[in-house]
Amino acid sequence: MVPLSWYLILAALLFCIGVYGVLARRNAIAILMSIELMLNAVNINLVAFARYTTPVMLTGQVFAIFVMMIAAAEAAVGLALVLSVYRNMRHIRVDDVRLLKW
Amino acid sequence: MATQQVVFLILAGGILLSALMVVSVRNIVHAALFLALCFAGVSGVYVLLRAEFLAVAQVLIYIGAITVLFLFGIMLTRHITGQNIPQLVAHWKWALAGACAFFFLLLHLILRSEWRVVEEVPRDSTTALGLALVERYVLPFELASVILLAAVVGAVVLAKQEGR
Repeated sequence: MVPLSWYLILAALLFCIGVYGVLARRNAIAILMSIELMLNAVNINLVAFARYTTPVMLTGQVFAIFVMMIAAAEAAVGLALVLSVYRNMRHIRVDDVRLLKW
Repeated sequence: MATQQVVFLILAGGILLSALMVVSVRNIVHAALFLALCFAGVSGVYVLLRAEFLAVAQVLIYIGAITVLFLFGIMLTRHITGQNIPQLVAHWKWALAGACAFFFLLLHLILRSEWRVVEEVPRDSTTALGLALVERYVLPFELASVILLAAVVGAVVLAKQEGR
């Protein structure tokens, strides 16, 4: 059987790759993709804990379903925002979007 | 080494490699396709964890819906996908250092903690999950549909052309 800590280390690595993507990428769509990576890492953790510590209650799996749903809503609203920014500024480079920063 | 561990290592390698490609390739369309590959690997991990419903939902929602949504977003903002535009911000080395430091903090905490693992093997998690969603967690489940409706309406309003 796979030890619990392997899943946790996999999720930690995936989360940190996502953090790096959010901080370092310039394209707003790439940043949204990195956020999805981070949410997936969290879901792996939740399902692993549900499997190894509370196999009867399944609270982790229920929570993972809600995380998935929020991720879908976030992707839809985020992409709509990106499209709106693109229509106004003709680019989506996040370090050049600074209308509120004087 | 048991079969499950070998399968886990293969899946983990695939997930991490494709995630690294997502944050590093220049072509954003390729990044979206690697993202789909990464989601498929995560779905395999759910099967290993005996969460069959979540594995199917992962394929349907993430690979089927979210990746396609990203591809449409890329298509509608297309001439930012050029190869010679720099894809990283100026301070990307600091971002890399921060992410590595955070990982080592997490690794330290994971290896130091005592996890109280139950040896019990769950059976038929799909039935239990369905019952939990309509009995114990019925209120969050209904609220979730309200949030999804609000997100759909908000996305339409934001993405609509103004002045029409």
